[in-house]
Amino acid sequence: MNLYDHDNTLTAHHVKADRYADAKVPDDLWTKCPKCGETILTKDLDQYSTCPHCHYGFRISARQRLKWLVDQFTEFDTELQTNDPLNFPGYNEKIAHAQERAQLNDSVLTGKATIGDAQFGLGIMDPTFIMGSLGMVTGEKITRLFERATKDKLPVVLFTASGGARMQEGIISLMQMAKISSAVQHHAQAGLLYVVVLTDPTTGGVTASFAMQGDITLAEPHALVGFAGRRVIEQTMHQKIPADLQDAETLLKHGFVDRIIQRQQEKQTLQWLLKYGG
Amino acid sequence: MTNKAIQIVTAARDDNKITGKEIISSLLNDYMELHGGGIGSDDPAIIGGIGLFHQQPVTVIATDKGTDIEDRVAKHFGCPTPAGYRKSLHLMKQAAKFHRPIFCFVNTPGAYPGQSAEENGQGAAIAQNILEMSQLPTPIITIIFGEGGSGGALALAGGDQVWMLENSTYSILSPEGFATILWKDNTRADEAAQIMQLTPRDLLKKHVIEGIIKEPSDHQQVVKNIDQVLQRQLGDLQKLSTDQLLQKRHERYRKF
Repeated sequence: MNLYDHDNTLTAHHVKADRYADAKVPDDLWTKCPKCGETILTKDLDQYSTCPHCHYGFRISARQRLKWLVDQFTEFDTELQTNDPLNFPGYNEKIAHAQERAQLNDSVLTGKATIGDAQFGLGIMDPTFIMGSLGMVTGEKITRLFERATKDKLPVVLFTASGGARMQEGIISLMQMAKISSAVQHHAQAGLLYVVVLTDPTTGGVTASFAMQGDITLAEPHALVGFAGRRVIEQTMHQKIPADLQDAETLLKHGFVDRIIQRQQEKQTLQWLLKYGG
Repeated sequence: MTNKAIQIVTAARDDNKITGKEIISSLLNDYMELHGGGIGSDDPAIIGGIGLFHQQPVTVIATDKGTDIEDRVAKHFGCPTPAGYRKSLHLMKQAAKFHRPIFCFVNTPGAYPGQSAEENGQGAAIAQNILEMSQLPTPIITIIFGEGGSGGALALAGGDQVWMLENSTYSILSPEGFATILWKDNTRADEAAQIMQLTPRDLLKKHVIEGIIKEPSDHQQVVKNIDQVLQRQLGDLQKLSTDQLLQKRHERYRKF
């Protein structure tokens, strides 16, 4: 006899649940933290969108981050548009959709900001805009941000979030890495401070260029930061890699990150660094 | 030449492709290999040193895919580790200190995507190369002679000029990878190669490279063609003042 006969198993059939339960519970009532797995009442997520258990910062749009980060902000370069260098099928539609959703012309928001009496150039990459991928407009906006800051003798703070190169722009995306790096180097040679805040996820060509060129490199708790994708690494190694290989905390341990910083402390930390760090 | 993109991709990966070692030994007299600068290890996928190019000391850096299978495995099939990029930056800074010209010869599928590479800061290593190359006060010319794979290639191609052999490619990732990411289908590499505009002709049209070097099957002739280009272009770059050189280099990337 089967010890666990099907008929003896508790099934949905036996549970007299309220069959309208699904309709009564809104889809977004609960949010599961992708890092620690804890379930959080969505209404308990405050304006910072961080996990109360492990302090992971959820992926948020650039405009959402801007709300609590600075005191004043003047936006730059809102009109720039990609010229679709590969004539990639469906790319223009994809861009239009992303623009509508993120309320941005491309994957980075740039401008001049103040916290208290500190003035600086601010860039915030948007992971909701085609995964924050690095396209020609992203590259141009970040380059101009550094050029303006160099001219105005201002520090730059850049929040990175990117899946890497913008596939649909091919080699032109790769060239952005060199273009931005050259502007970063000019800014550095003018003796100006560049602070990077690595957020989830920062990968590929962004990690291999301006995300790793700061004077001071901060990172949000458990942010994924790496060069190659997990699947690619596992295919190369023919084995599983540690779950935390590309966690910000692992990078801190290996000496590639200066400090892990929770969102709630970012504003005051940046204010301190802008005053004393450069 | 009406080669389909995928044919050039295949030719760029051919086993009989000229190697970095061959180019260095035929191009230079009195070459001395140097192994330092990798900080913690010496990556055999990057070779380099000092040699004489028409009586003039130059620094050369090349990627190496290796010959037999053991060699290839040790070199990760031509995919440099962070130590390799740090070694190349060490060689470049050393050259810049003495205003010695730099030639880079690139044939790599990309930077090595392994666990140890991540732990040792693959992204940071490439980032430093690109950052420093933008301002090193000496002429830097890169020849892509096979695969120019993404940031792993750009880390050796951020200088004044980039030239490509006829059968070579330069792209953000392999056509197979491109097809996998965009269409979840790595068998559509043909189509991806066509769309990606990764051939020397496509890249020349986009001003990503300065020119294309003829590549007959005779390797000695290939080196002669490379020699001619390097001699002419280096001569032109050396006529510029350091300020002019760096200004032109900045403009080369600023236009994208």
